[in-house]
Amino acid sequence: MTAFLAGLRQLRQYPSAVIGMTMVLSLLVLSLVTVLTIPYSEAIRLWRGAAGVWDESPELARPTWFQLFSARKLPKTIIVDTRQGGKEIANQPDGTRVVNASLRFAFPYDELPSAVGLWLSATYKEAQPFVILTWRKPNGEEIALEERTPQQTDRYFVSRDERLRERLQARSIEEALFDAGPRGNGALLRGTYELAVEGILFEPDADLEARLVVYGKVHGIAGTDAQRRDLSVALLWGTPIALTFGLLAAVGTTIFSLSISAVGTWFGGRLDASIQRLTEVNAMLPGLTLLVMIGMFYSRSLWVMLLAIILLSMFSLGIKTYRAIFLSLKEAPYIEAARTYGAGSFRIIFRYMIPRVIPMLIPAFVTAIPGFVFLEASLSILGLGDPDIPTWGKLLFDAYANEALFKGYYYWVLEPAALLMITGMSFAMSGFALDRMFNPRLRTA
Amino acid sequence: MNNGLLQVEELRLHYRTTQGVVQAVDGITFSLAPGQALAVLGESGCGKSSLARAILRLLPRNVEVYDGCVRVNGLDVMLLDEEQFRRDVRWSKISIVMQAAMNALNPVLRVADQVIEPLLVHQDRQHDAALARVRDVFQMVGVPLDFMARYAFELSGGMRQRVVLAMALVLKPPLVLLDEPTSALDVLTQANIMNVLKRIKRDTSTSFILITHDIATSSELADQVAVMYAGQLVEISDAARFFRESLHPYSQKLMASVPRLRDDTKLEYIPGRPPSLINLPRGCRFAPRCPQRFAKCDQDPPMMHTEDSRQVRCWLYE
Repeated sequence: MTAFLAGLRQLRQYPSAVIGMTMVLSLLVLSLVTVLTIPYSEAIRLWRGAAGVWDESPELARPTWFQLFSARKLPKTIIVDTRQGGKEIANQPDGTRVVNASLRFAFPYDELPSAVGLWLSATYKEAQPFVILTWRKPNGEEIALEERTPQQTDRYFVSRDERLRERLQARSIEEALFDAGPRGNGALLRGTYELAVEGILFEPDADLEARLVVYGKVHGIAGTDAQRRDLSVALLWGTPIALTFGLLAAVGTTIFSLSISAVGTWFGGRLDASIQRLTEVNAMLPGLTLLVMIGMFYSRSLWVMLLAIILLSMFSLGIKTYRAIFLSLKEAPYIEAARTYGAGSFRIIFRYMIPRVIPMLIPAFVTAIPGFVFLEASLSILGLGDPDIPTWGKLLFDAYANEALFKGYYYWVLEPAALLMITGMSFAMSGFALDRMFNPRLRTA
Repeated sequence: MNNGLLQVEELRLHYRTTQGVVQAVDGITFSLAPGQALAVLGESGCGKSSLARAILRLLPRNVEVYDGCVRVNGLDVMLLDEEQFRRDVRWSKISIVMQAAMNALNPVLRVADQVIEPLLVHQDRQHDAALARVRDVFQMVGVPLDFMARYAFELSGGMRQRVVLAMALVLKPPLVLLDEPTSALDVLTQANIMNVLKRIKRDTSTSFILITHDIATSSELADQVAVMYAGQLVEISDAARFFRESLHPYSQKLMASVPRLRDDTKLEYIPGRPPSLINLPRGCRFAPRCPQRFAKCDQDPPMMHTEDSRQVRCWLYE
């Protein structure tokens, strides 16, 4: 323990180690918080986007902080619900009842919202209510939207109402609804808008609720994708997945290739020769291509990929490096001494030879982690990501598939890319510092 | 002589090299009684360390010939297979302190963990019981107990040597081979170590085979002396008589090269160099350098037994 603390104190001398370790630590904390606050099943549910999950989030919205770089005030999503008040019900002499609801909201922004949608939910037994929708602008202008007979749940996506657009002769519904001119060609109007919902209920127990969603152009800290999903879900959950994947792959690869190499070197002869030939053959095999084939024909599960990556990289050329170290170590006097006092082969391999190379190994191991994180991202970008699990690579794949860069949704590419780079940099910086600490002779080189 | 602790008969160990066969150990015969210390003296490269390896069957890969007979308590260990030998003989019957013993410690283990290894390997002892034994043996060789948690590189050469010695003694073997145990140490530390060895020999009646080129220090411990030259033993004698007047011309020259405390005799040296173990001279191997050579030296001399039960391989004593 004291040795560990002393090691930490020594690490403090290297600024790169401090920065790198801090970054690694923040990533770990982020992963932990994510896993604790958003359970895995919840993350999967959100990312698969079951019906209704993302109804209220805008499509392709930029992250909120994008506002910092824009002089114009970008609209956020506004939700107004009759359940929060503003609904009156009056009984009529003929037994019907009239509902008057006014959904008011302030609109102080400089740009049009991205869309407008309305959810109606009606309670009735047989006779559906009748609803008249009227849009009132701050300047008093009124637009009759539609007359509907809603079912239990009814979605009226105003922005997609083509007939309305033709009737208003506007370029887009949003322009017509939010601009000063009658044809939607004036300047954008700021102020309080109102959607009047006037309904007639034909049954005594019937009821009507309405919820208006004016979709903004910025959303959350990460923005949304073309399926309205909040990118932060994938960015957050991508962190523990990337770290776990990188760590497991690095641990698996290192432990296996180290053991294989040590066993081969110790016993020598045909065993060593076959391990060496296997390594050479494996080094010539195009690993990524093999992984692509596994992904295409067998399984895209993250864990299958992990196993395949470990199997492929276990016999990497690293074995040759370890072998070179072990060959000289094998002849070391203390190994011979151990053999003399009767230590068995495996005791010598695992208690004498392998511990000896660990100082050389730790930095290499730390720097190897991001390599595997990137490999997983590459597979995802090639469309071979796990279909269930949200990862950074999957975000990049989605962005690419939706032509995000071409259409100017830079955030969609930059966010996962930045996280990948931060991960790579944090481990690289820590690894280099550890290398200097564990192998002091390299310092001057 | 059948009650001897160790009997070696016609032991041969030849190595295969690209230049030819190296006859490092070429027909060695001797025996050792319990509680005795035998010093094997010889120049560098005469096959002393190979003898130790041959006894403990620590063979490199390029072995050409390995035969003869090694009896430990009457049991011919050459008949055991490798696994039996490892389990029953190495370390439990015969242990060794290697040449350059300071490098014989695992650099990533604390020394106590290192010394405990043979116990765990051979006796399946509980860790605590084993640790108690380690403590005993550390005290026996004079390593302070608070050094137990240190690593090898934190110890001085002498302390490291003691730790290695502790490791050799930890299983209480009846015989310990010491292969140049003090060669890399300063004179004071050498004396300390030799004193430790003497005390252990007295207290535990452990036998030692001390392999060395250092005649002066060997005289401290040895009851018997065997002189090795070019892969053969040329003289076996009890220590007292050997150091007073040795028989073989080589031994005599060797003794003449050792400085004496109360004497003013000029130190001598042996002209020439020891023969290559690949191309050995015909006849007596020392003949080319021998000041007393005569015609018969062209023939290979057998081991002669003198009347006072010494042995010497020289035609002068026929």
